[in-house]
Amino acid sequence: MYAFDIERPSTIADAVAALQGEDAQALGGGQTLIPTLKQRLAAPSKLVSLSGIGEMQGVCVGDDGAVCIGGATTHATVSREAAAHYPGLAALASHIGDPAVRNRGTIGGSLANNDPAACYPAAALASGATIVTNNREIAADDYFQGMFSTALDEGEVITEVRFPVPQAANYQKFLQPASRFALVGVFVAKYADGVRVAVTGASENGVFRWAEAEAALSANFAASALDGLTVDADGMIGDLHGSGTYRAHLVGVNTKRAVEAAS
Amino acid sequence: MASVSMTVNGREVSGDVEGRMLLSSFLRDDLRLTGTHVGCDTSQCGACVVHVNGEAVKACTMFAVEADGAEVATIEGEANADGSLSVIQQAFQDHHGLQCGFCTSGMVMSAAALLKENPKPSETEVREYLEGNICRCTGYHNIVKAIMAASGQDVAAIAAE
Repeated sequence: MYAFDIERPSTIADAVAALQGEDAQALGGGQTLIPTLKQRLAAPSKLVSLSGIGEMQGVCVGDDGAVCIGGATTHATVSREAAAHYPGLAALASHIGDPAVRNRGTIGGSLANNDPAACYPAAALASGATIVTNNREIAADDYFQGMFSTALDEGEVITEVRFPVPQAANYQKFLQPASRFALVGVFVAKYADGVRVAVTGASENGVFRWAEAEAALSANFAASALDGLTVDADGMIGDLHGSGTYRAHLVGVNTKRAVEAAS
Repeated sequence: MASVSMTVNGREVSGDVEGRMLLSSFLRDDLRLTGTHVGCDTSQCGACVVHVNGEAVKACTMFAVEADGAEVATIEGEANADGSLSVIQQAFQDHHGLQCGFCTSGMVMSAAALLKENPKPSETEVREYLEGNICRCTGYHNIVKAIMAASGQDVAAIAAE
């Protein structure tokens, strides 16, 4: 690793102030950023650790019934504390990485990084979540802007994520066993006003909504409603773990499995 | 440089560290607690698992300054106060849960974290919990067996192939 300064503020305001410096970088749980730093793929002058900020920790339920998760909340905490309110989301959190990674990695870190194979982006997009930062609220539909790209500005911190709770939901992750990321993951969420389907791991543009499946499932929430629907392999990630055609196929398979598990 | 202080295995320790110093380096190089092993250094293998405030974490993927004020437990603190092996350690010995031993400290620390939150895990739960601990000798059967035995369950039925 290149050398850097590190600060550990205890409030959001102090963290935002500390991030104003040139080349300053927020540090969530570090489960992606620290390996990145070790490979010298990033060279921040200063890291601002968010792990000591109490007001960014924990899970609660808002007045509107939405599950609100502090940006610095670990996957392990989400899997425990969200289970009673949004079991589909808690189940997703309980299968990210491995137990030790889940004790450090955070929801805000995952969403800020927007890895094209990460699990949380699928949940946020399928749930129509709101990403709350230190200065605004961003709808999930506007937030994800392609592989490793988001609507966040420099120095902006995800303080909270709000998930409207669906009537039924399920996440199906086809595991890439070496990395424990999703080779393809599909999150299906059924709300009173329609079904949302978000796909991670598959597209070169990162997480996306599968509009045709959403329309079919909104009319008939059954796996059979997906018969004949396919995703175009064009623009799908192809690598040694699976071709674009294979990933496109898995999108359909995982969506059916998610609907069956949710209904 | 930043000054850090934490409790390691019940002992108050402090030091001045660079921002980029990993917790694993602080434990091994500064405190000379070399029982915490660094295998892959890429957060894959789990040989460096320690407990921070009671939770299993990979010490190679956390900065020392992030453990400031924390209670850290390493393999050196696992044995009983009289120096005899803990229940988990004894079970690893009894059931041949180690071959070369390099992964063992991480395996034992992960096992301790598992049994704290799930005192009677099924074999499947043990195997799932060890997803982030890799044994290069591939001695998983006896590791799983040892953890099942440490939880007080009958391990006679578990295959030993």
